[in-house]
Amino acid sequence: MKISKKDVEYVAKLAKLKLSEKEKEKFTKQLDQILKYVDKLNELDTEKVKPTSHVLPLKNVFREDKVGKSLEVEKVLENAPEKARGFFKVPKIID
Amino acid sequence: MKLNELTAHEIRELIRKGEVSSEEVTKSVFERIEKVEKKINSFVTLTKEEALREARSVDEKIRKKKKISPLAGVPIAIKDNMCIDGVLTTCSSKILENFRSPYDATVIKRLKANDLVFIGKTNMDEFAMGSSTENSAFEITHNPWDLEAIPGGSSGGSAATIASDEAILALGSDTGGSIRQPASLCGVVGLKPTYGRVSRYGLIAFASSLDQIGPITKDVRDSALLMNVISGYDERDSTSCNYPVPDYTESLISDVKGVKIGVPKEYFVKGMDEEVEKSVKDAIGLLEKLGAKVEEVFLPHTEYALATYCLIVSTEASTDLAYYDGVGYGYRAQSRNLDEMYQNTREKGFGDEVKRRIMLGTYVFSHYDYYLKAQKVRTLVKEDFDKVFEKCDCLITPTSPTPAFKIGEKMDDPLRMYFPDIFTVPANLAGIPGISIPCGFTKKGLPVGLQILAKPFAEETILRVAYSYEQNTGWHRRRPAICDSQ
Amino acid sequence: MEYEAIIGLEIHVQSKTESKMFCSCSTEFGAPPNSQVCPVCLGLPGALPVLNEKVVEQAVKAALVLNCDVLKVSSFDKKIYFYPDLPKGYQISQYYQPLAKSGYVDIKVKNKRRRVRIRHLHMEEDVGKLIHQKGMSLVDFNRASLPLIEIVAEPDIRSSEEAGEFLMCLRSNLRYAGVSECNMEEGSLRCDANVSLRPLGTRKLYTKTEVKNMNSFKHVMKAIEYEIKRQKRSVKKGEAAVLHTRCWDPERGVTVPMRGKAPAPCISHSDLGPVILDEEFIASLRSQLPELPLDRSERFIQQYGIPASDASILTSSKELADYYEECVKLYKKPKVIANWIMSDLLRELKEKDIGIRECKVSPEHLAEMITLIDKGSISGKMAKDVFVEMFETGEKASQIVKEKGLAQISDKEALVKIVDKTLQENPKVVEDYKKGKEKALGYLVGQVMKETKGRANPKLVNKLLEKKLK
Repeated sequence: MKISKKDVEYVAKLAKLKLSEKEKEKFTKQLDQILKYVDKLNELDTEKVKPTSHVLPLKNVFREDKVGKSLEVEKVLENAPEKARGFFKVPKIID
Repeated sequence: MKLNELTAHEIRELIRKGEVSSEEVTKSVFERIEKVEKKINSFVTLTKEEALREARSVDEKIRKKKKISPLAGVPIAIKDNMCIDGVLTTCSSKILENFRSPYDATVIKRLKANDLVFIGKTNMDEFAMGSSTENSAFEITHNPWDLEAIPGGSSGGSAATIASDEAILALGSDTGGSIRQPASLCGVVGLKPTYGRVSRYGLIAFASSLDQIGPITKDVRDSALLMNVISGYDERDSTSCNYPVPDYTESLISDVKGVKIGVPKEYFVKGMDEEVEKSVKDAIGLLEKLGAKVEEVFLPHTEYALATYCLIVSTEASTDLAYYDGVGYGYRAQSRNLDEMYQNTREKGFGDEVKRRIMLGTYVFSHYDYYLKAQKVRTLVKEDFDKVFEKCDCLITPTSPTPAFKIGEKMDDPLRMYFPDIFTVPANLAGIPGISIPCGFTKKGLPVGLQILAKPFAEETILRVAYSYEQNTGWHRRRPAICDSQ
Repeated sequence: MEYEAIIGLEIHVQSKTESKMFCSCSTEFGAPPNSQVCPVCLGLPGALPVLNEKVVEQAVKAALVLNCDVLKVSSFDKKIYFYPDLPKGYQISQYYQPLAKSGYVDIKVKNKRRRVRIRHLHMEEDVGKLIHQKGMSLVDFNRASLPLIEIVAEPDIRSSEEAGEFLMCLRSNLRYAGVSECNMEEGSLRCDANVSLRPLGTRKLYTKTEVKNMNSFKHVMKAIEYEIKRQKRSVKKGEAAVLHTRCWDPERGVTVPMRGKAPAPCISHSDLGPVILDEEFIASLRSQLPELPLDRSERFIQQYGIPASDASILTSSKELADYYEECVKLYKKPKVIANWIMSDLLRELKEKDIGIRECKVSPEHLAEMITLIDKGSISGKMAKDVFVEMFETGEKASQIVKEKGLAQISDKEALVKIVDKTLQENPKVVEDYKKGKEKALGYLVGQVMKETKGRANPKLVNKLLEKKLK
């Protein structure tokens, strides 16, 4: 096993996903399966290969420092699950 | 022939001559939808009122002899991952089921400026994750050629709507084959442009470095016409290219004499359907007969493409899906405190496949070496193409290794779920353009598609070869009989 | 055993631009909640970031004034964590390839020059603002995606005093370059401190605590002092040090443990291309930079012959230094100008709580006023009052003097009359003086001044009285 249930729990916490025990077991198995499959890549020697993060040569795509229109406040809050006095509202934060 | 069965260029002629109005075309489309949509389920949202209003306003423009664009008044269906101001944009996910976009995607702006008529948003795999449209949180879309089969995915709704004549044009998006594969399985034309050719602003991301919007149409000419509208530089998308946009209809020349076609050996693999293989090889034979030069070529890293894709796509997806936290928009689960809200919202809001990719992606980005390795192999895959395109104008391959499979057949098998993408994924990794066009049918009557790939910004080569093939065959004119017995 | 404190500071400054880092929303402070947001900075699905060129320029300028090496290639990453002030579930930052590395700031504490090295400097976006209320929190995204520059200093600082000095130098350099207002109270400069102890003479680094929530330089210094003391006590008691985050409580003057954020994983951002800077671009920004405070202060000492302490005050801000030099151009006695600025001008500015830019007394006006003293039109003492009036009204000194009839009486004939009158009215004092009581003269001068409401030229009055009393 490459992946343990503990790994899955850690990842789920990072990704803010609540998982049931059943899901944890399922994902442990499936992620393990996938990671074993992608291990195939280690057959390749890539030491001298440059990583590709953009397929096209990109550089210095800038915009000018000019103020444009913002969204109207009603539109900003239109989709808010909860709002109050022009703010988005969230449940209390427990640190 | 009914209006909804026509192509966009045919409708365009009729509208130009004043023989039909946009309203008539739009109405015929909605009549068709009312008749077959129950069986196909290609839409998640229909905007009939707005569509008819828009159609009438185009007709008014025509009456007033105002200048209109070539596709003015033509009804178009949009995959539900592109934002239209004021319209629900759900990505077929519960987490966005009530999200009404407050802005237009750049492609939508362009379509609006050209007076196309939006008829609705099409179903897809949730967040475009899948190859069957079975991963939609709302409904299962059926293949018009066999209602028990999947339409492919993730743009399954867009492909099915074109195949069933519920729309004249459609837009899809392609991250690993999501335009080409459903186009192939539904017997229609699907083009994935070069990465950077069409702005992604307003396209809800699945995996930013791979996503690209493209047309799904009834024939190659419609594809070229729609490309003319949606292509071009956008200052709102840093990855969009400032590269001149040709008139793509000019490359619609039925002549492949001297065109160098490469046939990559690695794309004819074990496990692929024999009928698919035969159809594609016949098609290559036909093109050779028409004067193309055919040659076997090698793309040695093809076998690593799927694993590379799997890592990159999951990693990017898991970060792009971090947007959905229940704070500013979208679904929010009732909770006593913030952390609970995050966990419950994402647990209830996302479907199984999405969760699986988030889990994999989160694992990968917290183990950076995996991602780095994938990015390096991506370079190798891209270099394979660079080398081949030094001597070939284009490549021809099957689009999908198999025709459409039955609904439910491959659910919950994470590795087999990727298998339909094996021939389409490399083009996304390399950022090159590709098209799928119909090239035959299986004995059971399921469509088969062939894929044409070319180097970056060589959409014109692709369109020329596709058009030549289409003009010498008649596959694209076949329509499914969606009968009541099914 | 003796211990020394090892202090490393992490500073965030908000860089000055018109529009946000990745969209065209305004950066203006104080707008109604959520009125300066758009699909991009709200993190709406589908929206894409495009980098503001000015953000890069400001960050490069910051790197240059902090003596950093600007890297040819830098790129953006997603720093992933969930918090309601972070609209996208990640913050756009530079982790793998920051903009600049290896800089330093030279500071002077107790006349000893010390160098504090800077490990790296990078660009990142700000988050929104949270307002905590009973049972819920409110979110305003106006601040989300404002441009920030993060500066990470090496743990070269050894005392709270050095930390304060470092922050002052850093701030004046960044202000000079026009990069940021660097106002801690308003949040345009934020500072966290990493503090640890180690036995004097050793090189090893020990477990540190990270102290947050200081909102002025003074509080940074106080918090560090407290933290050093606290750690010393803890070491004495033999407690094992634990890596953790602490919150400065300014009211109680203590630091208390708080929950720190887990380190967030980072991954390259595929919607943004790399920033590739050539020498030419960097050189052109370098040429736009003004002379920095330390250099300018030294030049003032040399060129204007003023004391080091004066030069240091006069170069504390670029605007003040510019003002001073403007005055010196108009009036050639640099020390006299320095005195007026340091005593009267700065006092008035402080009293009214305004900056030199809002000051109504222009360099021309100040120079003219001092010229009036030289010409004997007003006395130095009276000039003090005239200056206050100038500061209030923005009028020229000559105008004020005219309007209020404050001109000094240097007219000999007019004064002779008053002097005669005074002598007649004070025969006893005159007698005393003649008996040798020299102080009596002072009294008589005072009487003349009183009679003229202070406008008489005191030197002339003196002269006249002495002559009459001979």
